[in-house]
Amino acid sequence: MSLEIDIRHQAGILTLNARFKIERPGITALFGPSGSGKTTLINAIAGLIRPDDGTITINGKAVFDRKNNIHLPPRKRRVGYVFQDARLFPHLTVRKNLYFAHHRSPNPLPDAKIEAIIAMLGIGGLLSRRPVKLSGGEKQRVSLGRALLGNPDILLLDEPLSALDQARKDEILPYLEALRDQRRLPILYVSHAIDEVARLADNMVVMENGQVRASGSVFDILARTDLAPLTGQFDTGAVIPAIVTGHDVKGAISYLECAGHQLIVPLLSPVPPGSGNGPHGSPTANQPPRQTRLHIRARDVMIAKTIPDGISANNILPTTIAALTPVAPGSIDVALRLGHASSGKTLAAPLIHARITAWSAQRLDLQIGQQVYAVIKSVMVDGKMRETDA
Amino acid sequence: MMLSPAEIDALLLSLKIAALAVAGALPFAIACASLLTFGRFPGRFLIDAIVHLPLILPPVVMGYLLLISFGTRAPIGAWLLHSFDIRLVFSWTGAALASAIVSFPFQVRAIRIALENIDPGLHQAAETLGAGPVDRFINLTLPLALPGIIAGAITAFSASLGEFGAIITFVSNIPGETRTLPLAIYTAIQTPGGELAAARLAALSIGLALCGLILSEMMMRGIRRKLTGQVRP
Repeated sequence: MSLEIDIRHQAGILTLNARFKIERPGITALFGPSGSGKTTLINAIAGLIRPDDGTITINGKAVFDRKNNIHLPPRKRRVGYVFQDARLFPHLTVRKNLYFAHHRSPNPLPDAKIEAIIAMLGIGGLLSRRPVKLSGGEKQRVSLGRALLGNPDILLLDEPLSALDQARKDEILPYLEALRDQRRLPILYVSHAIDEVARLADNMVVMENGQVRASGSVFDILARTDLAPLTGQFDTGAVIPAIVTGHDVKGAISYLECAGHQLIVPLLSPVPPGSGNGPHGSPTANQPPRQTRLHIRARDVMIAKTIPDGISANNILPTTIAALTPVAPGSIDVALRLGHASSGKTLAAPLIHARITAWSAQRLDLQIGQQVYAVIKSVMVDGKMRETDA
Repeated sequence: MMLSPAEIDALLLSLKIAALAVAGALPFAIACASLLTFGRFPGRFLIDAIVHLPLILPPVVMGYLLLISFGTRAPIGAWLLHSFDIRLVFSWTGAALASAIVSFPFQVRAIRIALENIDPGLHQAAETLGAGPVDRFINLTLPLALPGIIAGAITAFSASLGEFGAIITFVSNIPGETRTLPLAIYTAIQTPGGELAAARLAALSIGLALCGLILSEMMMRGIRRKLTGQVRP
């Protein structure tokens, strides 16, 4: 389960120079603004274009190697490709579209796995329809299923959500999360939407003008202030791993834990689709703990020097100031490390960000290393905003 | 409206010749349209021009050219006669050859437009899903070009039914062998008292042409609805 890229390619005015490695199943986001070479790069991986120079290795097998004159055609690369515009074959039914790659695969999936994929994507009821009768979201799910049924070694997703409205996006995101959590194969996910990346990706590769600017875990990359102009993180804030530890159905709240600190959010729907109980399971108090991620926007974080008393916010976390960065006239980004050194329950990375006015920073006399409290108004869990002071 | 046995012969002969002309030319038309659409090679323009030549040449000239190449003493004609005992001049198969060549551009044009309208993205998708070039041609290109192929075949069939100049020049006007509907109409007009027969045959021709038009429109609508879900493009 690996992908190694080291290529150079000239496409019009874009000079692509990319080098990175993916060694584990899970989602790696290929992130960057439009025209940064993301699609060119995955087209090169799929074999739809031939790079000028370099090597591409999938599962230890060279599919492209300029020096040894290797350039396998797409059909011999065992790559699943989900295009932005779905590209279902209009003359075939959904069933025939789905089985297109399966019938041509040198290593076809067993029937039981095929049925599991069709069930996971919720497309069992569409099999006899023609693509023209599907909604945008259904088309993308069928396209995803068609790629998976070919039993690929790696899955390439080229902005699969960008042509869809928010409701359709919300319809597909849980399926992508389920696919990620199955850890079946590495997925390269092209996107220029940071909220999608923050929600889905395990790792990310940041591209700009055809060059790889940074690559690593999504938490580390999103916490890097030097990439802020690209990732726009001052607005979006921090993404932090957390565990859903329990639910209080009567009180309509869920408990999350992060580095020993408890957070309270409005009741989460406890089971994502594909993990057994289907997307419509009802919440119960004793769900097994599960991993999730919190997306805390900088503008939803306030800073207090002491634990505020009599305040509606439920989530007040002890933090230590790691950095103070002016980001706009009169505006300061405060990077906060979770936990006070004395308590020991600290999280080295990622950092939480708060955006406050320069005047507030001056008034509170904030200093690097100072122990303060972060008052968190709302967090994003499972892709939805949760007001935590309501 | 009662038709005489000779007129029925002319009708059936016309249908037979047009059917053979269209069916025989179809594989070449598909190959030629594919070459002109997807091929990138020097001389493409020349092939394009040669294919369209029958559209702009007078049919009599086409018939003359056929006569000097397929006549029994002409190079190709003599070879066919001696090697395979095939004689095209003065036979209905010769009429089919003339019709096929004259109606060939109609087929090529319609198929070519259909091929050009296929989204290249679908080819890329099929490639990543494991389909090789031949596989893609049979399972993607041909079915998606089917509306154009049918439209081309029907137009070519109608054009074949109406061919006059090339047929009478190349294979003459032999009753029961090469006297198709247009030739029968011509003969009737030339014969004293043949006005009524000419009118009957002309009405028949008009009816046939309308049937072809309606048939092609119905098939187009059916296929379009299947592919795009709408009746009008």
